[in-house]
Amino acid sequence: MKPATQRPDRRELLNDLWDIQLQERHISDQAIWKLARKYQLSWVEVEGVASFYHFFHREPAGRYTIYLNNSITAEYSGQREIKAAFEEATGARLGHTDPTGTFGLYETSCIGLSDLEPAALINFHPFTQLTPQKAKALVWQLKRGVPPALLADDIPQHIQRQLPTERAVLLRPFAPGQSLAPLLELSPTEALEQIKASGLRGMGGAFFPVGTKWQLCREQPGDEKYILCNADEGEPGTFKDRMLLQYLPELVLEGMIHAGYTTGAEEGWIYLRGEYRWLLPKLKEAIAHYYASGWLGEEIPAKEPFRFDIHIQLGGGAYVCGEETAMINSLEGLRGEPRVRTYFPVERGYRQKPTVVNNVETFAAAARVIELGPDHFAALGTPQLKGTRLLSVAGDCTRPGIYEIEWGTSLADILDWAGTESPMAVQISGPSGQCVNASYGERRFDWDDLRCGGAVTLFNEKRDLLHILHNFSSFFTYESCGVCTPCRAGNFIFSRKLDKLAKGLGEAGDYVEIQNWSNIMQQTSRCGLGRAATNALLSAIDNFPGYFSSYFSKKNDDLKHAFELDEALKDYRKAVGSTLGTE
Amino acid sequence: MAKTIPITINGASFQAEEGQNLVNAIRQAGVFVPSLCYYEHIDPPLGTCRVCTVLVNGKPTAACTATVKPGMKIVTNTQELEDVRKGMVEMLFAEGNHFCPTCEKSGDCDLQGLGYRLGVKASRFPHLFVNRLIDYRPERMVIDHNRCIRCRRCVEEVRTADDKAVFSFVNRGKNTEVAIDYDEEAKLSEAEAIRAMHICPVGAILVRGKSMARPVGERKYDQPEQAWEKQEGPIEVPKPKPGAPKKVVATTSLAGCFGCHMSLLDIDEDILDAIELVEFNRSPLTDIKQFDRRCDVGIIEGGCCNSENVEVLQAFRDNCDVLIGVGECAIWGGLPAMRNFIPIEECLLESYGRTMELDGGKVVIPHHEDLPELLDRVYGCQEVTRMDYFIPGCPPDARHIWKVIKHVLFGEAYALTHEEFKYD
Repeated sequence: MKPATQRPDRRELLNDLWDIQLQERHISDQAIWKLARKYQLSWVEVEGVASFYHFFHREPAGRYTIYLNNSITAEYSGQREIKAAFEEATGARLGHTDPTGTFGLYETSCIGLSDLEPAALINFHPFTQLTPQKAKALVWQLKRGVPPALLADDIPQHIQRQLPTERAVLLRPFAPGQSLAPLLELSPTEALEQIKASGLRGMGGAFFPVGTKWQLCREQPGDEKYILCNADEGEPGTFKDRMLLQYLPELVLEGMIHAGYTTGAEEGWIYLRGEYRWLLPKLKEAIAHYYASGWLGEEIPAKEPFRFDIHIQLGGGAYVCGEETAMINSLEGLRGEPRVRTYFPVERGYRQKPTVVNNVETFAAAARVIELGPDHFAALGTPQLKGTRLLSVAGDCTRPGIYEIEWGTSLADILDWAGTESPMAVQISGPSGQCVNASYGERRFDWDDLRCGGAVTLFNEKRDLLHILHNFSSFFTYESCGVCTPCRAGNFIFSRKLDKLAKGLGEAGDYVEIQNWSNIMQQTSRCGLGRAATNALLSAIDNFPGYFSSYFSKKNDDLKHAFELDEALKDYRKAVGSTLGTE
Repeated sequence: MAKTIPITINGASFQAEEGQNLVNAIRQAGVFVPSLCYYEHIDPPLGTCRVCTVLVNGKPTAACTATVKPGMKIVTNTQELEDVRKGMVEMLFAEGNHFCPTCEKSGDCDLQGLGYRLGVKASRFPHLFVNRLIDYRPERMVIDHNRCIRCRRCVEEVRTADDKAVFSFVNRGKNTEVAIDYDEEAKLSEAEAIRAMHICPVGAILVRGKSMARPVGERKYDQPEQAWEKQEGPIEVPKPKPGAPKKVVATTSLAGCFGCHMSLLDIDEDILDAIELVEFNRSPLTDIKQFDRRCDVGIIEGGCCNSENVEVLQAFRDNCDVLIGVGECAIWGGLPAMRNFIPIEECLLESYGRTMELDGGKVVIPHHEDLPELLDRVYGCQEVTRMDYFIPGCPPDARHIWKVIKHVLFGEAYALTHEEFKYD
């Protein structure tokens, strides 16, 4: 791939696609032609970008486009009944529009409302805690021309647990500008030293020391540098960044401003996932307020006054864009495929320039470090992981929502606070994380143990573990970017393997194969998505040996494999039994 | 001129240019590393196929995506790495629909060549059999998506005179494909189109009328006949003890073409030798229809396409100590599996819709309790029952089959060289 700077600038392509999708309700062939001409691209290249993102439809998606979450949490909260109610009320079958083209009903990966499921997005407005009656009533009102924006639900803050003020980092009172005030006394290097002294690490999952990353960027030659805020919170089961962006957007902006100050970057981008489109007005308002207050723009007051701008880019629906280099490609108007790791983003990132990528919570925490001082932060947590972490707790519990915990908190405490009844399994960090046994309560959220990326999804004893894993597997099958073999083909192959186990056709050999195949995917995948895709399965097998022994038992004798002859003959018998059409 | 620095490959020290692509550096050191998507002058490298995975300072890395740096320690040859890389090639075979005997590119195909080189006899992964398009719309080309391995070479390399991409990845996840732009393709000159075909490491991009230009036998991975002949010595196998009872062999052809059986008979005068050693029980060669004694070895040709095949295969498993699958069809379905991605109703309509007498305007599909019923797809034998050995090939060479059988009967397991199981 040629470096982006040698190509025609196509950074607006995603925005154009959004405009067309929202106005024309799909991306027509004609629209693709138009865009191809505008950006001097071939038709197929535009098609390649449009077809990568699942919110861009090539067929009309209805005047009202309804998206239902297909995550396991949504399913267990009764999504099936909601789907049926929408199908009945709209006349649209899942994956299609109704005959009049008024309603389109689609499934999508997690929409970041796991605490309020069953939920839906209608024309990208959120609707939560749906019941079949509520769904039908909604459709009734939409049919009468009530705009979805007026019907949409308010999304509450949903904080279930706050730390006492002396130990809290993120969830504590905040007034805009509060963390920028100390900059008047701090030079960029002094501010950087504070970040480093705090021990803050990236909260996106890789836990790279934030101070080191910012320093590496600072040391890069050249003036053109970028700060990217990863607001593509796509891991099913997580929603804490949603809360931060909705209720503390200023904190996130200030973290980005600090990053700009310390690294010398003058431009920042928030890459907001398409599912959070409803947060756009709120974010734009916050940014406008910061410009009006002089905290963004030409000359931001500080010991060394500086320039910094923040823009927002809306993603088009693709989990993999949470991978930092995929996000950068997406920002450049390309398919959101992770890059080959020849360079780190701090060396060559957005537009091939030094770039800091951190996620929403990291920027918010960085702002708090400057506001509260590094000592406050460093005194919290454990020796290896300082500070606190926001957890998105959802699933089978009575108190789903946001929890701020200090690193070092035990899993047993979380289970208590969340109000679980006969918990069986806890999925840590979403489908790409580990599946742990809820009865091992002594496990802790720490570097060596549960290095949690934010999602804590609870499952009680009534749930079917294999079904949960199957849901994860099909998630990866669709959300892989499709570029590298092990992830594209491997996840597909794994979903077939789980089909086999679910049918009760598993054998001892399947256990060996799962280990071998996972190892292949882990060693060869191009980015973290493929490398992590079998984590849940492997950890579940380790943590629930009793459960899986029945799936890997030899129900068949040694020599003959279980072969379901009747099942394999079903198609033929059906064809013979029915009348085949003539040509 | 770039600086030359020392690097370590498999414990030995070599000189390499700093910043040089690691695949090149490893190869210049005379060490084998496979690659598929790697195309020397595409920079940054594609890094899509991952078959060049090695350890760089202990970390698994696709060699093509790394460059030579001071102090680099590279390991290419652990058993695990070799298994992982082979797994990658097997995965590509399982993901696509690769029917080598019907492919124009056979012999010139990098995937096939690498399969031989790494000793892939059967894919450890289940074949996915996804129905993919064969696109005849382009002016000069035919694009067979069944064979595409998404290496991305064409996407990066094939551009029109006004620098527009002719190919692009489309969709995402398991549905990711390489699509062609019909308008841009029409702008390519014939030479450019042919270059696109040669850039494709498999048989996905074909240029009409040009795809068979290089005759079979002179292709990139074709082995010179003589080299193969030279390795042919007399078949040396352990002899049975004098006076020992003859070993009993059964054979059957399931969903196969009997080609493997024909090959079995191709050992010419050695058949006399064979008859001294073995006795045939149930087999089309003897026309014995049912087992009347226990057999030492069952030889299975073909996979399972109908209910009878399944019953026969299970009967073989019940009556034979060792089962040997012979040929590609037994391994994973082979050519009959070309129907695996087409709904059975369509297959039946195609076969009977135009030829059978219509009963009141309706198509009648022959069915009777004596007729075997068709399975939803063709299954490899391993999916139905445990198989002990497989002999790859289409068909495998006669001498090769006998060598394996004799070794199984009288000696130890027999490892074959890749020249022996070439089957295009």
